[in-house]
Amino acid sequence: MSGTKGLNRQQMADRVAREFQDGWIVNLGVGIPTMCSNTDIGDRDITYHSENGVIGYGGVAAEGHEDLNLVNAGGQNVTLKPGAAVVHHADSFGVIRGGHIDATVMGAYQVSMTGDFANWKLKGQKGGGIGGAMDLAACARRVFIILEHVTRDGSARLVTACDLPVTARGVVTLVATNYGLFEPTRTGFLLREIAPGLTVDEIRATTGGMLTVTHGLREISISG
Amino acid sequence: MTQKTKLRSSFAEAVADIPDGSTIAFGGFAMPGTPFNLIKALMDQGAKRLTLVANTTGGAQQPRMPDIGMLVENGQVAKVICAFTAATRPTDKLPFTPYYESGEVEAELVPQGTLAERMRAAGAGIPAFYTPTAVGTELAEGRETRVINGREYLLEYALPLDYAFIRARTADTAGNLRFHRSQRNFGPVMATAARVTIAEIDEPIIAAGGIDPDDVHTAGIYVHRLVQVPPAPDGLWPTKRQERKR
Repeated sequence: MSGTKGLNRQQMADRVAREFQDGWIVNLGVGIPTMCSNTDIGDRDITYHSENGVIGYGGVAAEGHEDLNLVNAGGQNVTLKPGAAVVHHADSFGVIRGGHIDATVMGAYQVSMTGDFANWKLKGQKGGGIGGAMDLAACARRVFIILEHVTRDGSARLVTACDLPVTARGVVTLVATNYGLFEPTRTGFLLREIAPGLTVDEIRATTGGMLTVTHGLREISISG
Repeated sequence: MTQKTKLRSSFAEAVADIPDGSTIAFGGFAMPGTPFNLIKALMDQGAKRLTLVANTTGGAQQPRMPDIGMLVENGQVAKVICAFTAATRPTDKLPFTPYYESGEVEAELVPQGTLAERMRAAGAGIPAFYTPTAVGTELAEGRETRVINGREYLLEYALPLDYAFIRARTADTAGNLRFHRSQRNFGPVMATAARVTIAEIDEPIIAAGGIDPDDVHTAGIYVHRLVQVPPAPDGLWPTKRQERKR
């Protein structure tokens, strides 16, 4: 992305994808989170779940080989991996509420130091776009958020308390921004890794709450 | 069996008796499973003051195919019950938005899993249930919650339907259905919650017994009317989504 510092969109997705462990069932949200499936994480076997009941989808179908009755949550015509299964919507959300999703990755407008996040409604907006986000946020075993570190006008998106309507409270376990990798700590954010070209002072100045820095802070590896 | 045939020769015939004020659910998640042909027929039929249930109000993706937003634009809708009443990108305006903002059409915004489960409950004789979804959010304000085993849950009520419009790949004359890939989505759940389920079918409808009982996705007892989708251009079929520029 032009005009922003640190990691680009794919690099943010790559950093989150490297958290996925062998055998996990993962749900990827629309937008940058979808890009996690492009990351090379070796021979780790990840099963991707989509809200519409597709369990075990693969990459986007090649031009001319699309099945127009097979889409992921973003509406892309995807492929199925060997071992895939399809269930109906109530069962698909049974997968989610039943605690069978190891990690969900979503975009957000704001994340708070207490692990709340907001991603379905802007201030003053009538209605909103919830989709499956509230079910996933409340019930996935881990909630990973990817977002730009600051808004277009430079204000923090990692905040002490969300001033937008929240999607769920106290659920976020990991946050990747273009500036670094963070964990909400209740009193602030723990900086776990820093993006190349950023300084801790720059991050502190643009992050809500107290910023703590992990001992022996490392740069985010962008080679994969 | 001495049952009346479920086969209907046209979409117009299948929706002809739908009265004003009905609650109608529409299968579909993006294009797969969306009953384009039944939506179009309902626009021609003209029933009014409808309550519509679907994942989205439509119009977010191109090319635009028949969606419930078109029924709104056609002046047939009093209320929608959806998981999206706005686009996922707030800068995108949906065709539905001006009708909602002016108060002409009412909307109930429901998390997607809660929406599916409310219909599943209606079809399974469960009047209400507790879910952890939406606890602590604006959607839960002023509503009944209960702490069970140390965790807070929100009470949600079943959502019974007058009609369900769905789309499947294969049907036999008993109304048994098989779906193809993500065409399934809400279809089986809506079928159980509806008094009358109308299914548009991709393939020629086969004799009862033509689908092995073990392979049936939705049992024919839930399906009341079947219409085979004719080939394009007479019938409407999913098309490839146009990717947006970013």
